[in-house]
Amino acid sequence: MRKKIIEILKKDSRTNLEDIAAMLAVSVDEVKRLISEMERDGIILQYSVVVNDELVDDSDAVTAFIEVKVTPERDKGFDSIARRLQKFEEVQSVFLMSGTYDFLVAVKGKSLKDVASFVSSKLSPLESVISCSTHFLLKKYKENGIVMEHEEATSSRLNLTF
Amino acid sequence: MKTLSQKALEIKPSGIRKFFDLVQNSQDIISLGVGEPDFSTPWGITEHAIYQLEKGRTSYTSNYGLIELRREIALLQEKSFKSNYNPDNEILITVGVSEALDLSFRTILNEGDEVIVPVPNFVSYIPLITLAGGVPVIIDTSVSDFIVTKEQIESKITPKTKAIIIAYPNNPTGAVISKEKLKEIVDVVLKHDLWLISDEVYNRLVYDGEPISASTFMKDNLILLNGFSKTYAMTGWRIGYVACKKEVMDQMVKIHQYNAMCAPVMAQYAAIEALKHGQKDIEMMRQSYELRRNYVYKRFKEIGFEVHKPEGAFYIYPNIKKYGLKDEDFALRLLQEQKVAVVPGSAFSEGNYDNIRCCYAASMNDLKEALKRIEIFVNNL
Repeated sequence: MRKKIIEILKKDSRTNLEDIAAMLAVSVDEVKRLISEMERDGIILQYSVVVNDELVDDSDAVTAFIEVKVTPERDKGFDSIARRLQKFEEVQSVFLMSGTYDFLVAVKGKSLKDVASFVSSKLSPLESVISCSTHFLLKKYKENGIVMEHEEATSSRLNLTF
Repeated sequence: MKTLSQKALEIKPSGIRKFFDLVQNSQDIISLGVGEPDFSTPWGITEHAIYQLEKGRTSYTSNYGLIELRREIALLQEKSFKSNYNPDNEILITVGVSEALDLSFRTILNEGDEVIVPVPNFVSYIPLITLAGGVPVIIDTSVSDFIVTKEQIESKITPKTKAIIIAYPNNPTGAVISKEKLKEIVDVVLKHDLWLISDEVYNRLVYDGEPISASTFMKDNLILLNGFSKTYAMTGWRIGYVACKKEVMDQMVKIHQYNAMCAPVMAQYAAIEALKHGQKDIEMMRQSYELRRNYVYKRFKEIGFEVHKPEGAFYIYPNIKKYGLKDEDFALRLLQEQKVAVVPGSAFSEGNYDNIRCCYAASMNDLKEALKRIEIFVNNL
């Protein structure tokens, strides 16, 4: 039941309790209780929106994905480095990866310069960071399962079929 | 002008033709009148077909269809329903279940043979029986929760009875037959040595139990029909299949050979991909329909409709008798006054004017709005 509620909210976090209850054929109170539990347990962290940045007026913002190689700290592994990285306001996401680098860090800034300066003055100098390789995002096509620009509606579904 | 075929002339145009045309030409309406999924075909399936086309695989296939596809179908039938069909000569790939239906009737019927048709049911059964020279014998299942009973069948059997056709989960009612009741029908069929045509095109779309198939209980007297349209959201690909014992198939494939040659090759490739890698997609869609099923059922009850809880397919079939309008008038006024399209039930059950069919394969936003409007509509009647 929790999983089903999550699925519904992931698609539309504004779905009201009555509709969720109807869709799952349970009572409104039950849905309310389960959602509160999930909020309390840190399963649901936030109700957010997915925005097509390109259509927002002052969207000159720049995003970069930075591949960061680090030396894991003794006894603490990667966790303590990740904790330091994630505290920067500019950092949107931090993923520990398998492969040729360790962290994939998404950084958002007002301009190219802004991001570059963050990398050179904040990220690179960190003691355990060995190297950074910065890739600037050019265009978002799909994020979190959501396609940003829908192609021309091509549905040719008839209004009435048997 | 020379005269036209008597049989063609005798087929009735659907009683709701005028309404049908009106809906088809309406714009800015919310339509609950469709008979297909609101999903596009899962991209992996479409992409596979494109790849095959790019490779130039555009020729005829065997009359039976691609052997790889028939093997996948045999495997699915065996795994899911413990039935056993030889992919070499007991499975035939058809142009949708529509062709499969036509082939079935033409393969088994002689002039004057009777076919028992429980209604409400899919619109093409009766005309196809007539075209094949058969005589449809109707059973009204509205008195038995839209599930045909063995007693109802027994009461219609005559020396001329040749076959019975059933379709569960049912279009338009969403009714699903239990394993026990299905077994009872199978027993009647065997007792009188009839053919059972089982149209199982919705059989994966069930919400309160496991998919079932008549092929679990019998093979000798069964003509099993299924397809990809509803399960995999592949309506426009036109791809279905028949499974039956070799002696019947030997005859059926001759008709198919002359009327269709083979099913479209790209659709056959798509179907292979669907069976191999589409199981996750089916489950995602099934769960999505289930949420909407629950929602629309609750709303129709709240509004005050007398309605059965649909257990399969993606239709709900509310009764409108208490509102004092015949189904077609109800649907017409609902369209004109609230811009919501539904299908009058008499399209599926001639002479029965008490129901409307609503398809809930529509977005939640559209369903919410449509039900709001239906509520306003009936409250103003």
